[in-house]
Amino acid sequence: MATVNELQKIASQVRRDIVRMVTASKSGHPGGSLGSTDIMTVLFFNEMKQDPKTWTRDAKGQDAFILSAGHMAPVYYSVLARAGYFPKEELGTLRKFGSRLQGHPSVERGLPGIFLPSGSLGQGLAAAAGIALGKKLDKEDNNVYVLCGDGESEEGEIWESGMFAVHHKLDNLIAMTDVNGQQIDGPTSSVAAIAPLDQKWKAFGWNVIEADGNDIQAIMDAFAMAKANKGSGKPTMILFKTEMGHGVDFMAGTHKWHGKAPSPEQCAEAMKQLEETLGDF
Amino acid sequence: MKKYIDSGKIDTRSGFGVGLYEAGKADPRVVALTADLKGSLKMDQFAAEFPDRFIQCGIAESNMVGVAAGLAVTGKIPFIGSFAEFVSGRVYDQVRQEVGYGHTNVKIASSHAGITLGEDGATHQTMEDIALMRAIPGMGVINPCDFNQTKQATIAAAKYDGPVYLRFGRPSWPNFTPDEPFEIGKAYIMNEGSDVTIIACGHLVWESIKAAEALEAEGISAEVINIATIKPLDEAAVLASALKTKAVVVAEEHNSAGGIGELVAGVLAKSAPTPMEFLNGEDKWGQSGTPAELLAAYGLDAAHIVLAAKKAIARK
Ligand SMILES: Cc1ncc(C[n+]2csc(CCOP(=O)(O)OP(=O)(O)O)c2C)c(N)n1
Ligand SMILES: [Mg+2]
Repeated sequence: MATVNELQKIASQVRRDIVRMVTASKSGHPGGSLGSTDIMTVLFFNEMKQDPKTWTRDAKGQDAFILSAGHMAPVYYSVLARAGYFPKEELGTLRKFGSRLQGHPSVERGLPGIFLPSGSLGQGLAAAAGIALGKKLDKEDNNVYVLCGDGESEEGEIWESGMFAVHHKLDNLIAMTDVNGQQIDGPTSSVAAIAPLDQKWKAFGWNVIEADGNDIQAIMDAFAMAKANKGSGKPTMILFKTEMGHGVDFMAGTHKWHGKAPSPEQCAEAMKQLEETLGDF
Repeated sequence: MKKYIDSGKIDTRSGFGVGLYEAGKADPRVVALTADLKGSLKMDQFAAEFPDRFIQCGIAESNMVGVAAGLAVTGKIPFIGSFAEFVSGRVYDQVRQEVGYGHTNVKIASSHAGITLGEDGATHQTMEDIALMRAIPGMGVINPCDFNQTKQATIAAAKYDGPVYLRFGRPSWPNFTPDEPFEIGKAYIMNEGSDVTIIACGHLVWESIKAAEALEAEGISAEVINIATIKPLDEAAVLASALKTKAVVVAEEHNSAGGIGELVAGVLAKSAPTPMEFLNGEDKWGQSGTPAELLAAYGLDAAHIVLAAKKAIARK
């Protein structure tokens, strides 16, 4: 078990990684990645029973994670590297020709930690439900985690999966939505009537938890509640309220940094706001 | 050889944005729909000028297709815009039933198509969309080559009575064709030549022109055809050129299955079997990289077209 302080330190380094990776690749998605950094840090460094040394793509005997919002690949790659799935030096190859760190998660080159590709939105919840069902069939006790975006939740397939997971009583499925209130064209409220997410998921029959997704302790507590739900026969949806671009003042709270790379000067400015705790890649 | 001057690199999707605005100004029936990609599809000007005719659908492409078909029933001319994969593969069945079989006057604006999308990687680099859309009875398929032509093709698509799949791209690219009305169904002969015919669409038309210039320096005369409208194909232009040069190269940012290579081969096999070379994505997935790196790696740049032209000539 990591302490809150330790996890905060890791999260700070992950945020540095995200900004530096996206700056180096001159493209990519920093906003959602920065906002969901605390969730991903708690997940990979405290929550999931998944070990880089024994990781296999069949997920046997371990928890599994699917990044449904595939554009948040930078945060995913950073936590994987920092957790020891591959050398951190590889983070500098994001989106470059020949890299295992494709613009969106890919299994083509066998990057450890990745179970299925994502990038086309709305498909990860179904994939996670499939893994969760597989584990039930195998009488395995492990959990399956999946992170979706709030904009992504406008996809119909998310709600197809929503019915499926309840029908098949997948209480080993812990889904999370990064509720940052932003998507590409602006605030989610200006794009689609996705709110109220809590009532929608409740009406679909899910165990719904709401938590501050930029507060390490609150995230840990939310996971504890999710696991306590096991045996209820209901899947869990944690609605994590986050701030897009969290941790870098000029990126925070706006959709403008959804998919834009900072300039080297902006990167340097961001570095002043984020402590280097584990050594940059 | 005919000289082509790049008047300044600009993305073809910006040509779509300008064309959409022009079409909207000319005809109040034109409406534009997007699935959270207004800026990426360069729909901002249309949305600002005609807010009532701009419809934000959220990230829900299948719904967008059905809504567009419904709007078309009421006499509107809907343009739906998203990344190529999300308005082709992702919604194939909706397009097939409500647009194709439904005979609705829906225009599908398909941006970021092909390998030149670059860094986003294979999930977004659709290389199968021409095959999918060609296979829908009655669907027009257009892949213009630069900003000017994309703008004009958009205007032409708005006037055309029937569904159209309009394919264009993301990268900044040379703009070299005249800003003149686009004729749907006409192959554009970019250069007349006698030794080999190079047929291409989209970004690869510029690569083909560069290849023809290099071939000319070696004393080889290449005819360059910008196929532009893939369906209905200008079979007469393809046949006439093949009968003249007796060697054909086809280049496209697409999987080998169902692209313009197979299309042209099908036409020639019937009445003028001709040695052909095919440059395409073969049967491979795309990957991250810069457009230039990827064109080279997948053998789609001017240098590879030159080699393919020589191979085709040697097989005469
Ligand atoms: C099927 C599909 N449609 C559209 C896109 C383009 N796209 C990528 S991210 C995104 C916005 C996602 O919003 P959200 O899930 O809230 O993520 P955030 O912007 O908060 O990072 C869109 C529209 C896509 N990748 N897949
Ligand atoms: Mg969001």
